[in-house]
Amino acid sequence: MDLIKKRQEEIIEEFALLDGDMEMALNYIMELGDELSSFPEEERIEDNIVKGCQSKVWMTASLDQGRVKFKSDSNTAITKGLVSLLVRVLNQSSPEDVINAEIYFPGQIGMDRFIGTQRSNGFAAMIKQMKLYAVALSAKDQTI
Amino acid sequence: MEAVSQKIDIENIRKRFPVLNQEVNGKPLIYFDNAASSQTVDSVVDSVVNFYEADHANIHRGIHTLAERSTKAYEATREHVHKFINSAEADEIIFTKGTTESINLVAHSWGSVNLKEGDEIILSQLEHHSNIVPWQLIAKQKGAKIKVIPINEKGELDLAEYKKLVNEKTKMVAVNYISNSLGTINPVRVIIDYAFQRGVATLIDAAQAAPHLKIDVQDLNCDFLAFSSHKMYGPTGIGILFGRRELLESIPPYQGGGEMIKDVSFEETSYNDIPYKFEAGTPNIGDTIAFDKAMSFIEEIGYEAIQSHENELLDYATNKLNQIKGFKPIGTAEKKASVISFLVEGVHPYDLGQLMDVKGIAVRTGHHCTQPLMDYLGIDGTVRASFAIYNTEEEIDLFCEALQQIVNRFS
Repeated sequence: MDLIKKRQEEIIEEFALLDGDMEMALNYIMELGDELSSFPEEERIEDNIVKGCQSKVWMTASLDQGRVKFKSDSNTAITKGLVSLLVRVLNQSSPEDVINAEIYFPGQIGMDRFIGTQRSNGFAAMIKQMKLYAVALSAKDQTI
Repeated sequence: MEAVSQKIDIENIRKRFPVLNQEVNGKPLIYFDNAASSQTVDSVVDSVVNFYEADHANIHRGIHTLAERSTKAYEATREHVHKFINSAEADEIIFTKGTTESINLVAHSWGSVNLKEGDEIILSQLEHHSNIVPWQLIAKQKGAKIKVIPINEKGELDLAEYKKLVNEKTKMVAVNYISNSLGTINPVRVIIDYAFQRGVATLIDAAQAAPHLKIDVQDLNCDFLAFSSHKMYGPTGIGILFGRRELLESIPPYQGGGEMIKDVSFEETSYNDIPYKFEAGTPNIGDTIAFDKAMSFIEEIGYEAIQSHENELLDYATNKLNQIKGFKPIGTAEKKASVISFLVEGVHPYDLGQLMDVKGIAVRTGHHCTQPLMDYLGIDGTVRASFAIYNTEEEIDLFCEALQQIVNRFS
């Protein structure tokens, strides 16, 4: 849990440097999206689409030595940047930590001010999907 | 022919729209989402305030002074609409809450007594959902079918195909005057004439036309025509339905309630005359009265001057945008209203809309409530900039500059 908190604090600090400039914040988010590791073409399928997002968001999760590994992509640059923030916060944590994670950084960086209501709903859908993946992986892990 | 050289004083016009004088995200607001809703002129706002401060009372049912005043003002607006669109009489004007409700009223009430199994309704590929879904609802109920007029690559209706679609089963042709997504001005006169000669009823969705073009329903010779106040510098929540008297009299009411009746008993109800038969319940009185001022505003400037200014903006913007690498206009009809729908190679419309917003520029992104059109074009949506009387070339310069910056970021 500490790691998830630490990563959120890092994000909050980075955005504090932008001093509330929304254009800079959006550009920064898109830059972060550019850095997201590439998403396999064959996994860009209907089953991997996160429901509830206006833009297309694909997401997969796997377990690697007891840690969840998320992969994600989007057809829009801003959404890709947003999902990259979540991947950064939750990646490489145990399924339990993902399930129990309290995601508080969006409020702290004033995200709803520059992404609007529709994208905020989509963002909530992404978090929900990541937790659902963690639940599924946790159940799978226990059966192994 | 003498050219329209009448220059309008945009600076003074802008002063009548206080909402334009603000910063959004630290930048001066540039409002290019007029096809969705135009801003409200000061005289309309004053009228709404005055109504609630001085004249508020329910209409048509009180004998006291305030009721008398509000009834008079409400009916004066009806008279004004009647003259504004040159209907044969004021009773052919029905107030609704918007174009959507106007079309639903016709589809439901006209459709309930005029459609049967196997009948056909002709729509076009360019329609807004509000001129598709109401017809689907009644068609499903009655077992009628929807036929669609196709478009060419410029986004213009294929009239030859339209004529082939009309047959003895056709009962209604319902098309828009101007496409909200592409800005195409449709040849509604030709469409109406062809239907009229074959005894087919017509409905014109004039929501996008009323802000830009003089509408004359007798000249058009349509059976029904619908439009909204909020795209004409007026208040939201007010729509107009024009219907020919004989048609309005021959179809049942849309909703039941107060105002629309003559006599009510538990056994039977006789209905009021038109237009009241279609205006059940207390209407949006204050906003209807204020719509009068919106029409006056348009009349003061004049449609000729409005069109001339908007066409200049359209040409100016089209030329500038064409110089931006990757710019792809969607809809290039010969006759277009001041709407530019477009895509930019490599930039998703949602990103573009969001990045424009942080620069203080309001544009519309998405499918614009025309999913069948977007599916036909094979795209998810577009970015749409739509201009009104208060927009300027300077704003278009800033818009193009912003677009260029965004494009650079993605290239």
